[in-house]
Amino acid sequence: MALLITLGATAGFLVLLTFAVRARTEFFKNLDRRWIFLLMLVAVAVPVYVIGKTKETFPEKALPKAQAVFDVIEELNEGDKVLLAFDFDPGSEGELGPMATTFAYHCATKKLKMYFIALWPIGRQMIDDNIAKIIEPDFPEMVYGVDYMNLGFKAGNEGVINVIVTDIKQLYTTDAYGTDIAAIPMMEGIDSIQKMDLIINVSAGYPGTKEWVQYAVTPFPHDIRMVAGCTGVQAPLLYPYIPQQLPGLLAAIKGASEYESLVINKYGGDDISGKYLEAQRRMGPQLVAHVLMVLLIFAGNIIFFVERKREARS
Amino acid sequence: MKRNVPLLLAIIAGFVMIVAFFIPYTVSWGEDVSIWFDILASIAFILGGGNLLKVHLKKVSDQAKGWGYSIITIVAFLVMLFVGLTKLGVNPNPQFPGHGHWAGQYNEVGSPFYWLFESVFKPLQATIFAMLAFYVASAAFRAFRAKNMEAILLLATAFFILLGRTAAGVFLTDFIPEESGYSGLRLENITVFIMDVFNTAGHRAIMIGVALGTASVSLKILLGVDRSYLGSGEG
Amino acid sequence: MRLYQITTLMAALVIHVSPSSVQAQAPAPPTNLEVTDHPWDGGKQIDLSWDLSPDDAELLRYEIYKAVAQTGPIPQKPPKFEQVDSVPAGTTSFTVDGVPFQVEMMVRDLEPHRTLFTDPPLPENQKKRLKLKVGYVFQVVAIARNGSRSTALATTAPFTPTMQWFEGSRFYFSFMTLIICGAVVFWIYRAKKGRPIKVRKIAGLEAVDEAVGRATEMGRSVLFIPGIQDINEIQTIAGLTILARVAKTAAAYGAKVEVPTSKSLVMTTARETVQAAFLEAGRPDAYNKDLIYYVTDEQFGYVAYLQGMMVREKPATCFYMGAFFAESLILAETGNSIGAIQIAGTAMPAQLPFFVAACDYTLIGEEFFAASAYLSGEPEQLGSLKGQDVGKVVVAILLLVGVLMATLGVIFDNQALLKAVAYLKETILT
Repeated sequence: MALLITLGATAGFLVLLTFAVRARTEFFKNLDRRWIFLLMLVAVAVPVYVIGKTKETFPEKALPKAQAVFDVIEELNEGDKVLLAFDFDPGSEGELGPMATTFAYHCATKKLKMYFIALWPIGRQMIDDNIAKIIEPDFPEMVYGVDYMNLGFKAGNEGVINVIVTDIKQLYTTDAYGTDIAAIPMMEGIDSIQKMDLIINVSAGYPGTKEWVQYAVTPFPHDIRMVAGCTGVQAPLLYPYIPQQLPGLLAAIKGASEYESLVINKYGGDDISGKYLEAQRRMGPQLVAHVLMVLLIFAGNIIFFVERKREARS
Repeated sequence: MKRNVPLLLAIIAGFVMIVAFFIPYTVSWGEDVSIWFDILASIAFILGGGNLLKVHLKKVSDQAKGWGYSIITIVAFLVMLFVGLTKLGVNPNPQFPGHGHWAGQYNEVGSPFYWLFESVFKPLQATIFAMLAFYVASAAFRAFRAKNMEAILLLATAFFILLGRTAAGVFLTDFIPEESGYSGLRLENITVFIMDVFNTAGHRAIMIGVALGTASVSLKILLGVDRSYLGSGEG
Repeated sequence: MRLYQITTLMAALVIHVSPSSVQAQAPAPPTNLEVTDHPWDGGKQIDLSWDLSPDDAELLRYEIYKAVAQTGPIPQKPPKFEQVDSVPAGTTSFTVDGVPFQVEMMVRDLEPHRTLFTDPPLPENQKKRLKLKVGYVFQVVAIARNGSRSTALATTAPFTPTMQWFEGSRFYFSFMTLIICGAVVFWIYRAKKGRPIKVRKIAGLEAVDEAVGRATEMGRSVLFIPGIQDINEIQTIAGLTILARVAKTAAAYGAKVEVPTSKSLVMTTARETVQAAFLEAGRPDAYNKDLIYYVTDEQFGYVAYLQGMMVREKPATCFYMGAFFAESLILAETGNSIGAIQIAGTAMPAQLPFFVAACDYTLIGEEFFAASAYLSGEPEQLGSLKGQDVGKVVVAILLLVGVLMATLGVIFDNQALLKAVAYLKETILT
């Protein structure tokens, strides 16, 4: 039914558009791109406003890759060690922030020991934000240095992975706040990241998931297990690593939304704070924007065909 | 000389990295080379900062086109540098008494650096990234024309992916039961199929080509066959 | 002292396993546990072998345990055994920190990923890696189908893994590296000898001169962006070799080339490159190093600068040659809006569609790497392309053989074929 209505509406729109293009071919042919920008603005702003007001989200169904991420984390037991590598920045926060939030929430709920790390200079800030937003207010029983810690940023990109995969203390003598590693209880016995039960990487580009796979998982396939979340443009690049090096992957806000729905359905309860529903909420603007893109592509083709017909005639 | 020494360094570092991959005894050499690069890259930050100041000060003094922006660049650079380096407004760290605010975190929550980061840097970055949405729309509008068969296939794929990556993917085709033999025709499953099979196959082909290209270019550089990036031997 | 140590160790082992494991119908333990160093490794693997338990037919599996041997003169506490892995009944060997060759594992890999996790994860699975220069003791315990455990068969003395001079697991990899690199070197050598090499036309590269020429005619500048990664990225270097050609043409035409970079090391290198190109074109006086400058390491700060500059100065030609990420489309669309001729080249597969949509020409992946050889026209550089083709043939053959074997193996349920596929995947191609 929904399909029929959509097809009908699209057909109607196409007919209308064809008439409009015929009537004002020149305008459409040289369409100022700012009109498109304006349409996109409306397509994103309206759902943001409506969802903000009504707090309603679209239903989400988890696809295998997100389900696999969820399953891998679910398999861990209380006290297992997880390295959360946050390799993103404010620019990609819109796309990756919600999954980072859900990862931290999921790990904290399962009482896993969390080791945060960043290969991007600003990743450190993203970690601090995450701790301030999730762990401190909602898991006050968690103690820094015992249940979670921040290794912070180290320059050197994949070189850092290359070193810490066999010897963490060569690069990290203190945590992000200058505390001696030896004084941090949860660092006891951790001589390399092979001691982690899982690596979770949130990646916006280079260095990111690809480097973690190449320099950590590939050389130590039996010791290091990893799941990741990444931006939409990066995702196709990582598919070849699934499932062997990378059992699961969250691709962009869609993947985040699927994973978030799994986590929140299992652990969230009814009165869950809005900050844990961000990914699902962001699917609204994404839907409208994608529909607009489809319509724009239709429109572009109508202009193309009307013009071609005219040229053929003349 | 000016060309041979860098070439020699490149050759040595390159071969050390290769050897370290195969010979366990030399693994630490490879790590050393990685660390050298990190040291170099860190020093280069100073070089970059100096160059930035020089270029923009020159623009201002020449009153070149857009010199107003250069003033903003210089001011922003110096303010951020000053606030970060002096740890302005940072609280002392109780762990290290006697060191005053120097022992505190430069980006501690509530400090001026934190404020600059949260209120200026973050929104600016997000703004530029968000522009992608607009550019994707205008590029799609212009580029996706059904000019020939390949373009039509591309178009059809684009529709599936665009809709399949949203909630529309689920509710448009939810009349096909999940357990039936036709569940592969559900939009979200078609999307996954396209991404997993066609897209991955294409990507792998490109990646194999890239890997071979990388090997060949690296080899040309290591053997000194291609030196065009090195500059001239004179000057 | 040594004897004392071992005896204490044995006593400790017995104490460790006896209370829970010796039960009414406990199976007999395996016998004759032998420990040998794993050949051709980095000193982090040990091979174990044993004779089957007499009750092997009744067994479910053997569990393998390891512990760090006590090194002090007087052992303070019994060694703490951790389970390393378990192997099915009937197995007589195991490599600690290596993958035993098992058909089960390979068949599992051919199935979708979910099944990878249906087996219960082993406790302490992540801790099995061994360390160099540390002595280890091992135990093998037989587990019967009814769950009862045998007494532990333990090693008698600590064993220390040793490091060999070559990483044997990478033997095939080194072999393939040799074939591909050897082919490249061989063809470079052949080309040097004067054997002509034919290369197909690459439209994007043919257009380089035309694009620079257009900028000269219009009296506007040429903008060259070498990607946003540092000089250790091979794409940046490939971009700079193209810059050498662009700069040379521009010098000959008298056009202005502007190179804003996002890494200061790239700036220094680009300056050298452009200076050499101007020298080669016979116009060293026209070289202006201030046109090659550093902007910022920050991805979007760099993009913001480039966008502003493009809109203000309207370069007639834009080159995007290097590693690009999210900024690819922002740059290319801005360039498109100012009507510039645009030529892009990158090996980032994710960014290629954006460049293809918004630029006039795009060098895709290996074309981009071939550019330097193509533009230089030097026979030895072109030879490397031919060598690359040999690599492609090797890959194609491996692909065909692998796909064929996997397909036939699944269709006919042929274990030998599946075994061969697993060997190809697990051993040859890792």
